[in-house]
Amino acid sequence: MNLDFTPEQEAFAAEARAWLAENVPTERLASMDTAEGFEQHREWERTLASGNWSVVSWPAEYGGREVGITEWVIFEEEYYRSGAPTRVAQNGISLLAPIVFEHGTPEQKAKYLPLMSNGTEIWAQAWSEPGAGSDLAAIRATATRDDARGGWLLNGQKIWSSRAVWADRGFGLFRSDPEAQRHRGLTYFLFPMDAPGITVRAIEQLDGSTGFAEVFFDDVFVPDEDVLGAPGDGWNVAMSTAGNERGLSLRAPGRFLAPVDRLIDLWDERGESEPSARDAVVDSWIGAEAYKLFTWQTVSRLLQGGDVGAEGSINKVFWSELDIHIHETALRLLGPEAELIGDGAPVGGKWAEDYLFALAGPIYAGTNEIQRNIIAERILGLPRGDRRKA
Amino acid sequence: MMQFLPTDEQTAFAEAIDEIVTANGGADVVQAWAAGDKAAGLALWEQFSELGLGGLRVAEEDGGLGASAVDLAIVFERLGYHGVPGPYIESLAFLPAVVSDEVRAEICGGAMATATYAPFVPYALDADVASLRFAVDGSGVTPADAGDAISSMAKTRTLFPLSGSGTTTAVSAEALDRGFAEAALATAAMLVGAGERLLDEAVEYAKIREQFGKPVGEYQALKHHLANVRVALSFARPLMLRAALDIDSPNRDRDVSAAKVSAADAATLAAKLSLQVHGAIGYTAEHHVGRWVTLVPALVQSWGSTSFHRDRVAAAILNQGA
Repeated sequence: MNLDFTPEQEAFAAEARAWLAENVPTERLASMDTAEGFEQHREWERTLASGNWSVVSWPAEYGGREVGITEWVIFEEEYYRSGAPTRVAQNGISLLAPIVFEHGTPEQKAKYLPLMSNGTEIWAQAWSEPGAGSDLAAIRATATRDDARGGWLLNGQKIWSSRAVWADRGFGLFRSDPEAQRHRGLTYFLFPMDAPGITVRAIEQLDGSTGFAEVFFDDVFVPDEDVLGAPGDGWNVAMSTAGNERGLSLRAPGRFLAPVDRLIDLWDERGESEPSARDAVVDSWIGAEAYKLFTWQTVSRLLQGGDVGAEGSINKVFWSELDIHIHETALRLLGPEAELIGDGAPVGGKWAEDYLFALAGPIYAGTNEIQRNIIAERILGLPRGDRRKA
Repeated sequence: MMQFLPTDEQTAFAEAIDEIVTANGGADVVQAWAAGDKAAGLALWEQFSELGLGGLRVAEEDGGLGASAVDLAIVFERLGYHGVPGPYIESLAFLPAVVSDEVRAEICGGAMATATYAPFVPYALDADVASLRFAVDGSGVTPADAGDAISSMAKTRTLFPLSGSGTTTAVSAEALDRGFAEAALATAAMLVGAGERLLDEAVEYAKIREQFGKPVGEYQALKHHLANVRVALSFARPLMLRAALDIDSPNRDRDVSAAKVSAADAATLAAKLSLQVHGAIGYTAEHHVGRWVTLVPALVQSWGSTSFHRDRVAAAILNQGA
């Protein structure tokens, strides 16, 4: 047992650190959920791609460096430490791409992956519906066969679609067999957001931004070539992304180590005014370290051929609550200045903005209540019971 | 190459400990000791001595196993899981770092030893059955006699004041710090193991206990309690293992303390919620889950309280007001 990295891995970390130090914008970008900020973030994706840092674990032909999972985690740690912008391409590269690699045709890979990795096409996700949130299998938006044109017609409504306001393309699940129940009869579709029949209505969030939207589909035609995986097999296809989102790929340890570093600086600066927050600062550090070490344990298991599976739910509950704890502690240290946002606020209001973002953590990617059910039933083996009985 | 998982050998060693405890009666050993019958527990000590546990952290050239601190953590996690009674932390983790070569050889050969370590451990555990007793403090190690027994809320623990009865051997501060670090690490590992046992007990009980016509484990309120315990323990264990890896690093005290804080908090949650899930039966002396429910608060305060260890982490990571 060890936590030692090879000289090659150390060199990889140093190369990433040096490139990021050189290239990360010194000015904070506008929120990616504004028209201006979205394009700034897209530009940053192009810059990342120009240095071959946008998708380090991917094959070289799609813009990657073909490094292993250890190097990927090392890169993410350097990325967050450097203060680099949030990835506007995340929906595509973290949620969709793993599925394209697993289920996509060679044509789909060639068509989508290079443009995804260089920021040309930013993807929105379209999972939830007004009646299908945590209960994702309750999806009602339909896909009906259009044999004459060789494809499908999408109808219905999606909601809470991240990045949908300015994204170029979208992916989502639609019910292609109205007779089939729940997890069966769903199909995974890819579509341009400006396709005829798509209407996007931005939803203003708690923080005032429009990070997600409602998307209405009115006879939107999607050709067969843009179906991902087999028709009717959409649930199985989609679940490989849910595992990714809950597990490793959405939240690398650097995501928490970096704000804890900043929290310690904030304590050193302002702790005198709120001495009782000290234990919360210490526990934030312990939590971020625990998260890092848990991740290395998971990576070790993956390297031995294991998988993440239901452990991803343990991970998701922990990081989402840790994230809130870190930011609540920062607000305590900021005192009456904690609420300020934008110009005139401490560090431009970053703590307040990130606090609001952290509050969403226990809700998205499967609520923490659903995650706890998964932990109890699939890891601890408690009886599921018949939840749907009236 | 980074490999942050126990090796096959370490897993096999942990399983050997499980097998020995199970073959000797498992929880019955614990219940018997709590009721004053220590024969089975002492027999277990002998079997562990034959396995070489007395020399776990003693170099091979000195007749020990020459095991690493990671091995120590893995062994103590199992001892905590089984709630094995006896002064294991004192004999296997603390004293080997601070006593003379002669005493170390005795412990290595299976002698049961106990100790106080002022101010963290004011009373010596199981001094009535230990053949070697030492009062340890900043001035060194002094052979000692045991005073009158004091009971613990954990019925498997009987505590004794010690009074020095021999010549004090001076010990370096470095050796004392090392012994304390090994003991705190072993305590953290026992807490992780005890927490896992409490969780297992609660899960098994929730599957069979029925109320309102179905197993109580079907209710989400209960599922979420136990899921929270699973989360807390899953994140305490990696900190414990990293502390073991760092036993010779400049980060030793920081990492041991972080591990003890995290293990104490996770095990405390496990104890409270496991008792809650058991309901009234868990509150009886008859049911063995109470042995772990009461062991946890005893271990939390032993070998440095949570406040003490949090202070040490603060001192290591903060510049101001630590």
